Amino acid sequence: MSDTARGLRHVEHVMGTVITFDIRDERVPAIEAALSEAVSWLHHVDEVYSTYRPDSTISRLARHEIEVADCSAEVREVLALCRSAVRTSGGWFSHLATGFLDPSGLVKGWAVEGASRILYEAGARNTCLNGGGDLRLRGEAAPGAPWRVGVAHPLRPGELCTVVQGRDLAVATSGTAERGAHIVNPHLGTPANGLASVTVTGPGLTMTDSYATAAFARGESARDWLASLDGYEGFGMLPDGRSWCTDGFPGETVPAHDPA
Amino acid sequence: MRRAVLAAASTSALVVLLLTLKPHQPAAPVGAPPPPTGTSPAPTGPASPPGGSQPGTGTYTGDPVSTQYGTVQVAATVKAGKLTAVKVLQVPSGNGRDQQIAAYAVPRLTKEALARHSAHIDAVSGASYTSQGYIQSLQSALDRAGV
Repeated sequence: MSDTARGLRHVEHVMGTVITFDIRDERVPAIEAALSEAVSWLHHVDEVYSTYRPDSTISRLARHEIEVADCSAEVREVLALCRSAVRTSGGWFSHLATGFLDPSGLVKGWAVEGASRILYEAGARNTCLNGGGDLRLRGEAAPGAPWRVGVAHPLRPGELCTVVQGRDLAVATSGTAERGAHIVNPHLGTPANGLASVTVTGPGLTMTDSYATAAFARGESARDWLASLDGYEGFGMLPDGRSWCTDGFPGETVPAHDPA
Repeated sequence: MRRAVLAAASTSALVVLLLTLKPHQPAAPVGAPPPPTGTSPAPTGPASPPGGSQPGTGTYTGDPVSTQYGTVQVAATVKAGKLTAVKVLQVPSGNGRDQQIAAYAVPRLTKEALARHSAHIDAVSGASYTSQGYIQSLQSALDRAGV
């Protein structure tokens, strides 16, 4: 009967994207309540941090209507996380890359990480949260079976370029396939174009997501940089279809696709 | 390589079609993603399956979709969370050339779709999609099929 005790799946439209909750633990009231709480949390994050909402705290900060000192401890913590990501990425992640305050590159991963934690603390041990293409995995997809995450091929819509396996892992991908050239090289102020996409794995989604953004902005030097980071691995696809991965990347062998 | 271009276009079309599949059985495990629910979410995971049917089992028929090559419609069969069959219900047949392309492309693309899904994945990572982009994403297909 174990397969009829499968958990629950929920799809939430929030933060300009879609968050998928895939919970494989037995469906019990505590986990259902935690799912509601996690969804409310995501809407809270959207209200406070969205750069698309003129009344959000971040928008008001960007317009200098309020100062950092006026903000909640939570907002100050997020800004501190952003500064930390700027430092550890050598400036390739920047919440000021576009010239105005935009912590979006970190906030989504941080929000999903928080939602994952809410579920975990309520007893959900086997969960996969997908925040618009960036994931936080915990536990297993089934007893003895790790989660399997396909990475969308940036050059061949509908196809996968590799499959990542993991139990407790964050997986984040940055690329131009969905939103065009939207990642800015913070050092030049121009759109980054050295990679078609880059996938980063790491222990938590907050930094993994920001590192994916940083790696994409870096382009050619992303591989060496990711290899130098403790606990993080990467897979990159070049615009001509060639790909690379760091030695410890938890993905399956990529079928050879020679550039046409 | 016009042939290749057409094949690629057809691949995209088929994938899009697979992604727009909707369950047509009341007993199908998961319906379409729920609309935004504000701060009071109503989780819609698969309930205990009635009548002994397994989660992630059912036949999903796609809406007829107009492509630049004509109208296409497919149905997919999922058993125990795995895509087991793709049936093409309608393909472009406006002229001999269309039929010729469909004759060789559809079986091949069906096989590819099955091969891709037999890799069995739980989720998809990719460049951040918007709410709109999600509709055509592989993740959306997984969510709909509950696999």
